[in-house]
Amino acid sequence: MEHYHMNLTLKVWKQKNKNEKGRFETYQVKNISSEMSFLEMFDVLNEQLVAENKEPIAFDHDCREGICGMCSMYINGRAHGPWHHTTTCQLHMREYKDGDTIVVEPWRANSFPVIKDLVVDRQAFDRIIQAGGYVSVNTGNAVDANAIPIEKHDADESFASAACIGCGACVAACPNASAMLFVSAKVSHLSLLPQGDPERKTRAMNMIHQMDKEGFGSCTNIGACEAECPKGISLENIARLNREYLGAMFDGGSQNAI
Amino acid sequence: MSWKQAFSSSVGKKIQMSLTGIFLILFLIVHCYINAQIWFGEDAFLTAAHFMGTNVVIRTIEIGLFAFLILHIVQGLSLWAKNSKRRNTRYAVKAGSQTSPWYRRSMGLLGTLILLFLIIHLSKFWGPNRFAQTFGSGELNLYELMKEEFQNVVIVVIYLLGCFALAWHLVHGVYSSMQTLGLTTHRYKTMIKNVGVAFSIIVTVIFALMPISFYMHWVN
Ligand code: SF4
Ligand code: FES
Repeated sequence: MEHYHMNLTLKVWKQKNKNEKGRFETYQVKNISSEMSFLEMFDVLNEQLVAENKEPIAFDHDCREGICGMCSMYINGRAHGPWHHTTTCQLHMREYKDGDTIVVEPWRANSFPVIKDLVVDRQAFDRIIQAGGYVSVNTGNAVDANAIPIEKHDADESFASAACIGCGACVAACPNASAMLFVSAKVSHLSLLPQGDPERKTRAMNMIHQMDKEGFGSCTNIGACEAECPKGISLENIARLNREYLGAMFDGGSQNAI
Repeated sequence: MSWKQAFSSSVGKKIQMSLTGIFLILFLIVHCYINAQIWFGEDAFLTAAHFMGTNVVIRTIEIGLFAFLILHIVQGLSLWAKNSKRRNTRYAVKAGSQTSPWYRRSMGLLGTLILLFLIIHLSKFWGPNRFAQTFGSGELNLYELMKEEFQNVVIVVIYLLGCFALAWHLVHGVYSSMQTLGLTTHRYKTMIKNVGVAFSIIVTVIFALMPISFYMHWVN
């Protein structure tokens, strides 16, 4: 594709902190290369702001290669922008043309309070993981990871679910601000494997309980999460989580839960 | 964890919506079958209506039906109200139908429309009939009643709008109830979606054809 340059108008959400009311601020950026990533375009804008002695825009990022899940931006109504299976850092400016206006907002959900500008607090996800997204292993000699035979299909499925990077785009995109896709991915990748089996009942119960406590909405099977997930986590995971929950509900062993 | 706790989590409430929804779907099949009797003559319809209105088993299930219907409505409305409070600052630009079809996002609205329709519907047929059975001179001739009511074009239009809302509610409802019970696995999900769509179309078309048939004098 041919390389070109563009001038853009950006409307970016500015918010001092969690308690202050935010507002949109309009910026002009010039001479942006079509080969830049979306975050590089923000770097250019921030350098420009610093040079003008203005405050740069706060935004989250870390790996810039689509694996850490930090780069939360809601771009023109889409989590991580319009590209399929892409994080913001992997969105490139060739998507846009000269003269475009781009509106950039933070993830919006009460459970993800804004820390500053486009940066949100996603610790609610950590607390959900702490509630059950683990396997307990006895101490002693390290066990050979390949000692237990696992069916290829299950291993692949588990691996696909484990691809979830905890970015929170599912919550951001969901009209109910539900975290079911995230929780279902985390429950799935463990419960599909023999190592995850002993704790599966309490895991599903406790993680869902924590999810509710964090104030995420209820899933109504809309599917916007699946459409926006950068890692292709499918609704089949939510179906599996529902099965895990039903299984735990009818099982006496789940008394340990909650 | 107690049963009460199990049913009151967000997933537990989904399960309540799913199970009551499936019961209501089964009811629709029976209702649809009875309605279809109008095309086999007045006697066929009245026999079926008499059975449904007087059989003791059916009348007992009717109580359960109302209980489930109310549970479905109350739970649905409370879900709708709670979910709309999960995002206090709204997005300036919304994804809309880029990421999900409108009817999946409008179950509360469609459900409310169905509820309004249902109030009109029950006050026209079920209500007067049960009243006459209990306090009056016995069962009403529902066939004659329909013939009369469906001469009014306003009523016919209200019924068609009710069917429209029902169709879209069912398109998502059938699939959604199965997803909540975890049945939409890789193997079955496409089949379940397609069956859901086919079911919604067939049921609502049969329902919609009834007022039309009376209005157009296709049946007498
Ligand atoms: S399920 Fe997808 S959208 Fe949700 S947190 Fe995981 S990777 Fe992000
Ligand atoms: S910065 Fe790590 S995924 Fe985008």
